[in-house]
Amino acid sequence: MHFVVCIKQVPDSAQIRVHPVTNTIMRQGVPTIINPYDLFALETALRLRDEQGGEVTALTMGPPSAEDALRKALTFGADRAVLLTDRFFAGSDTLATSYALAQAIRKIGDTWGAPDIVFAGKQTIDGDTAQVGPGIARRLGLNQLTYIAKIAGLDAAARTIDLERRAEGGVQVLRSALPCLVTMLEGSAEIRRGAFADALRAARAEIVTWSAAAAGVEDLQKCGLRGSPTVVKRVFAPTPRADKAKAIEPKPRAKETAEDLIAALFEAKPALAADLERLAAGL
Amino acid sequence: MSDTPPPAAPAPSRAAMKKELPERFKAYRNVWVMVELERGQVHPVSWELMGEGRKLADKLGVALAAVVVGAPGAGTREATAESFAYGADFAYLVENPILAEYRNEPYTKTLTDLVDAHKPEILLLGATNLGRDLAGSVATTLLTGLTADCTELAVDAEKSLAATRPTFGGSLLCTIYTLNTRPQMATVRPRVMPTPARQEGRTGRVVEHAVDLREETIVTKVLSFLPDRASHKSNLAFADVVVAGGLGLQGAENLQLVRALADALGGEWGCSRPCVQKGWAPAERQIGQTGKTIRPKLYIAAGISGAIQHRVGVEGADLIVAVNTDRNAPILDFAHFAVATDAIRFLPALTEAFRARISAHTSDRLAG
Amino acid sequence: MVEKFDCIVVGAGMSGNAAAYILAKRGLSVLQLERGEYSGSKNVQGAIMYADMLEAIIPDFREDAPLERHLIEQRFWMMNEASHTGMHYRSDAFNEPRPNRYTILRSQFDKWFSRKVREAGALVLTETTALELIFDAYGACVGVRTDREGGVVHADVVVLAEGVNGLLGSRAGLRAPPKADHVALAVKEMHFLPAETIEARFNVHGDEGVVIEAVGTISRGMTGMGFVYTNKECLSVGIGCLVSDFARSGETPHGLLEAFKAHPSIKPLIEGSEVKEYAAHLIPEGGYKAVPQLCGDGWVVVGDAAQLNNAIHREGSNLAMTSGRFAAEAIFQVKSRRETMTKDNLARYPKALEDSFVMKDLRKYRDMPALLHTNSRNFFLTYPELVAKAMENFLRVDGTPKREKEAKTFASFRKARGWTGLFGDTFKLARAWR
Repeated sequence: MHFVVCIKQVPDSAQIRVHPVTNTIMRQGVPTIINPYDLFALETALRLRDEQGGEVTALTMGPPSAEDALRKALTFGADRAVLLTDRFFAGSDTLATSYALAQAIRKIGDTWGAPDIVFAGKQTIDGDTAQVGPGIARRLGLNQLTYIAKIAGLDAAARTIDLERRAEGGVQVLRSALPCLVTMLEGSAEIRRGAFADALRAARAEIVTWSAAAAGVEDLQKCGLRGSPTVVKRVFAPTPRADKAKAIEPKPRAKETAEDLIAALFEAKPALAADLERLAAGL
Repeated sequence: MSDTPPPAAPAPSRAAMKKELPERFKAYRNVWVMVELERGQVHPVSWELMGEGRKLADKLGVALAAVVVGAPGAGTREATAESFAYGADFAYLVENPILAEYRNEPYTKTLTDLVDAHKPEILLLGATNLGRDLAGSVATTLLTGLTADCTELAVDAEKSLAATRPTFGGSLLCTIYTLNTRPQMATVRPRVMPTPARQEGRTGRVVEHAVDLREETIVTKVLSFLPDRASHKSNLAFADVVVAGGLGLQGAENLQLVRALADALGGEWGCSRPCVQKGWAPAERQIGQTGKTIRPKLYIAAGISGAIQHRVGVEGADLIVAVNTDRNAPILDFAHFAVATDAIRFLPALTEAFRARISAHTSDRLAG
Repeated sequence: MVEKFDCIVVGAGMSGNAAAYILAKRGLSVLQLERGEYSGSKNVQGAIMYADMLEAIIPDFREDAPLERHLIEQRFWMMNEASHTGMHYRSDAFNEPRPNRYTILRSQFDKWFSRKVREAGALVLTETTALELIFDAYGACVGVRTDREGGVVHADVVVLAEGVNGLLGSRAGLRAPPKADHVALAVKEMHFLPAETIEARFNVHGDEGVVIEAVGTISRGMTGMGFVYTNKECLSVGIGCLVSDFARSGETPHGLLEAFKAHPSIKPLIEGSEVKEYAAHLIPEGGYKAVPQLCGDGWVVVGDAAQLNNAIHREGSNLAMTSGRFAAEAIFQVKSRRETMTKDNLARYPKALEDSFVMKDLRKYRDMPALLHTNSRNFFLTYPELVAKAMENFLRVDGTPKREKEAKTFASFRKARGWTGLFGDTFKLARAWR
């Protein structure tokens, strides 16, 4: 079987800072990581491969430095890695991104065999939109199954897969035919530690690198800024509220500070006292 | 150089920023809100969106429509009635047994069919698992723009939808437009927008629409549905009082101080994203843009610095109290009260003080 | 099947990268193991980079290495609670086409250096920790066992560039673990300020930079030093003391740093900054007398792991990269002559160190660590107080006749240390310096 996993190299957003004066993002020196949600997808794919036999191809669209993410994927045990990189992709929104990735997956299929499942993470920590996975599914005509908590079973002969999908208030148990696209929930499968042989292989590997042309992305109008129906007009920091937080100065005894705070709260919102009584009474 | 920033979002050319709506989209009018109906229940986010949709429709001078999709007799008629009570002018109704359980293919086909037939200029969905699953496929099928997890929706002078959402992992906000395709799609997380007032007796027009769906062409089959056990549910989104802890608590064990205060106040407890990432608490306790958005009367944040992605999850609270030793923490930009003291010492004292105050009040009233 | 390389380098810091780079450039098959997520993730340094020594490895590094500011001014401060007495040297001569010293940010610099190492042909595995050395029946080192599944790998020689706290060599009995009074614990914060602010506060233009190094009561009587380095858009502010001193006194590095930042001479320099990054690191301070055996059958030790740090001049990274270079050259010599990697054949490496500034400088200052340590109260409390009072006395114009003022100053010195103490300290210091 052939599993394709889409991963993305993202800045470790916990470490991103805003420049104190210019209010722009300072990306300098912020380490990049593989989008954590993608690791659950990768591990799921690796487990299925170990169980069913076959190969896992990791794919990413990004700048040349995204190669690091692919090497990590190889270290975890992916069989091959493909980097889709081209300046034409700069400025892509999710629609343009799914266009390019879908085409690259077609090319991967032509080269190494059509994928049985395309995996992706639930969303990225830098975009957080969760739109690219569904976008790829639509374009490739793949059945789309998102927010999957668990793969319950894969029947290679019947070419079906059973999955558990997180829905509102419960879990849907679904069965889909292959091929399909699956996005995995966090916590579904902890990524393994790659074996030494995988780490060496990753360090030695030639990452397959495709430009737009090499991947067969023909319609450049659908890429980058031009292919993006959404456009970011403004980036800004939220304006701080005019009145800053009123400071309740800590007293030596925490009890007194607490009482000061409660008095201030009830003064600001007299109805709060009654609300709290009601809640405490369990009403 | 290994540290060249990825070429995301370079300044768009002026041409890309201009609205040049192709002719075929000029007839698209009205604001639609997808009503999320599952197992007879409408997800409350649909009503929150109805309120927002109403404001947008009024500004544009157009109508507001609800989109109700489901199996016949499974709450669809009730949902359309409720939509009118919450502000819709009319409701598109698609009833088909194939739509009984949510599945991506039939729902996508239904929604895209409706859009092609009745041409809305704006389409809003809740950013729930269902909404996000559906919105992505619909937007890609329609080759239109979709902005996810918006915290603010507005209409500009040129009658375009301005959708604001956090960016760069939540450090900043950005405003996004879909200038030259229709419909302009957006998803909004639950509790980000307020629930509008319900107008009993308000009515509207139901427009029925049939979609050609065949079970044999649908690849996904629903084998069963396993409901959650009640104990899994936290009521953070609707709690009137929320107490939350962050990394400033220094250890998972100190979250019990947060829980104790929440219990004393009859409220819910939660935590910031880094705590969940560290495994101190399960994901359903996460408060913030990618966790739960809350709108309590009182929100107490202990040891939370208040990055934007947390801020947008709690800004709707009436009273925000920050307990943080860092007098420069970003949370002080939007909290109402700040106590610059160590949360680990302060929370137990606050819990005691609240208990004393509340029971004193109660016995006062009972006595009086 | 166990893989075999010509050389395994354990560690991707300054010494490890230098060694791996040269070995790979010389055509040897090199495997480098780094336990951190990326080269530089475990490295913390002020940091000052000494161009001369890097030029010997990568002559054209200035083309693409990430460099912060080139240094044109050095300030030495002796501080007490409220003041500092300083000596400054600033020279336009340091504004030269190929500047001599730069401030760098280790996380970025190491990443660049590591890229060079990869481009030179070495295989670099990150997030891979070497757990133990493997020896053959004759006691020669033949490889390394790592913490990945199937992680045994062989080599003709292992370069131990594992840092001051590296366990590989000490576990194998190749050297003793460092003693508490041979290691300092230093902590550092990065304070972000706009470049214009830094330039205004330090009176520099463009990429010029300043270094402040301070001793005195800031280390509360312990042997230690504080510093402020200017980077492009941030200041590195830090302080460190001997681990044994911290253990004895109960002070914490963080406490010292907070007090240092609050000092009236330091506070205005960091006013309005945004603090990001707090890091702690161990620094070898044992000097010449603490340097272990540098090579054996199938192994060499370089950098901080070999205590090759000139603490008096705060020169560690240049000694590290130079030792990595000498070790690599020695290994290449052995290999190209088809000799075996025995202790005797590898002795070319310690010999090169002896003949170079590395051992010459360390030998020169070999008595300083002990002197400063046993006399730490004098050097770090008493003298700074005396100097501060003397300077204040000298500068405060209050009608006291000058002769009387001078007498008062001399008296204070004599009272604090006595004639024997004063002469003794001067003599010992001069001797240790020489």
